[in-house]
Amino acid sequence: MNTRKNLRQIWLLGLTLIFLALLATLPLYAPTYTIILMTSILMYIVLTMSWALFSAPTGYISLAPAAFFGIGIYTSAILGTRLPLPAVILAGSLISFCLALLIGALTLRLRGIYFAMFTFGLVELIKNFWLWYEIQFTGTRGRFVIFVDNTTIYYVMLIILALLLLVTYLIRRSRFGLALRGIGECEEAAAHIGVHVNALKTATFAISAIFMGAAGAIMATRWTYVDPYVAFNPLYSFMSVLMAIFGGIGQPYGPILGAAIFAYLEEILITRFPYYYMLIFGIVLIVTVLYLPEGLIGLVANIRKRVAGGQDALA
Amino acid sequence: MPLLEGKGVTKYFGGLAAVLNVDFYVEQGEVVGLIGPNGAGKTTLFNLISGALVSQSGTIWFKGENITNLKPHAICRKGIARTFQLVRVFPNMSVLENVLMGVLFGKSDGHGRGQALEQAEKWLDFVGLSAVKGLPARSLTLANQKRLEVARALATGPELLLLDELMAGLNPTEVAQAMELVNRIREQGITIFMVEHVMTAIMGVCGRIMVLHHGEKIAEGTPQEIATSRTVIEVYLGE
Repeated sequence: MNTRKNLRQIWLLGLTLIFLALLATLPLYAPTYTIILMTSILMYIVLTMSWALFSAPTGYISLAPAAFFGIGIYTSAILGTRLPLPAVILAGSLISFCLALLIGALTLRLRGIYFAMFTFGLVELIKNFWLWYEIQFTGTRGRFVIFVDNTTIYYVMLIILALLLLVTYLIRRSRFGLALRGIGECEEAAAHIGVHVNALKTATFAISAIFMGAAGAIMATRWTYVDPYVAFNPLYSFMSVLMAIFGGIGQPYGPILGAAIFAYLEEILITRFPYYYMLIFGIVLIVTVLYLPEGLIGLVANIRKRVAGGQDALA
Repeated sequence: MPLLEGKGVTKYFGGLAAVLNVDFYVEQGEVVGLIGPNGAGKTTLFNLISGALVSQSGTIWFKGENITNLKPHAICRKGIARTFQLVRVFPNMSVLENVLMGVLFGKSDGHGRGQALEQAEKWLDFVGLSAVKGLPARSLTLANQKRLEVARALATGPELLLLDELMAGLNPTEVAQAMELVNRIREQGITIFMVEHVMTAIMGVCGRIMVLHHGEKIAEGTPQEIATSRTVIEVYLGE
């Protein structure tokens, strides 16, 4: 059983590396439009995967991605002209990380719907506070962001994704990955067998915010102009949750698959059916929730079981 | 110095005293029973010892160290493990993973992966669940889920094990097996403090018994003394 598991791991690792290598060579031959589209898709993958890093195993539904994404965006808007790009992105990650540590320590004792409501409120709070601050002290609503070319944005996003994949893998294979699942299944039991649940939840929540902040910091440079409504748009929170559920949160590649397909679908719908885009989007969502409660990977698993089922019956 | 000692331990829920000014001690190597009618405060006392609840007053010492109101994970790492009245296994994890969690996070953490697996297998073997180690915990029978909880608790490397109604809901054969398990745990040098309703079990395995009623300790002694105590009989059967 162990060797089979190892083989599967090597196979997945190889596949991931090949994918990353292919993505890395993309700007050499693909048209600019493809690069821009791929950047959006990578952004959604980063947001969804970092959401799933904390929320999938623990079952704590966070609606905070938009808050950390927005922090990254504003870090870029404020520091972009003063610091080199890598430092700006690092700053965006760090500020998100620190804020998430603080918020996590204060609120991760909330469970279930209360935690979801709080994190949703957090996005609105930051947005309105920042709007008030900008109008009160800078006298303008929005800010211009430094220009960075599309290829650089693409590569930065790809590097963020690669790091996120690495961190996800390391957490999952460590004892903390097991403990996070334990928290999701029975938090009290986990605490009583020695898991420092509050510290672990807070740390993981903050680690996931690093990537959301980084993604925001680089994406801001593509939009050139941001205001609090754009930066702290709760849609980014909902998208992360929806894409993860669409893909399936039982496995780490579920959110990747969900985000990739969903983001591509969004692009196609917006460009081909601008008037029906939201309608079709809604239908896809309803169908997913009704018929694929375990997401796309659940569907794949079911089909595999059915195919294998015939063989098992004979054996 | 007793292994575990409590003085004046008190817990109110609103105006109701669930545990009131209770003194207790458990000596190294003992099997101590805690009995009392429903609502007597037995589980509350366990929750206070294991850190699930915060007490209003009183002090609890473990090996002479004040552990009052420490967090559950800290108490576990000091060497006190527990099981739950209503089973709390990790339902979707495999039986082996359940126990592995105990090994990896308990008192004696810092294992390598291979060592930890070995430990987990050892405890599964000890409670007799090796054959089902690959199954998800939710698919086990109640008796086996209780055994799994015991294995998980033992895997944390405790010196004191709190068993909260290990035998509740088990059939007579399973009760006998559970009694045998308790004896084998004691033979490992682990001290046991157990809440139990099944009288034959508690009379059979405990060296000393404490009786709680309305949150207060009303009697304490050997099984024979408790079985013949007038106050205890009145509490259980009415006057």
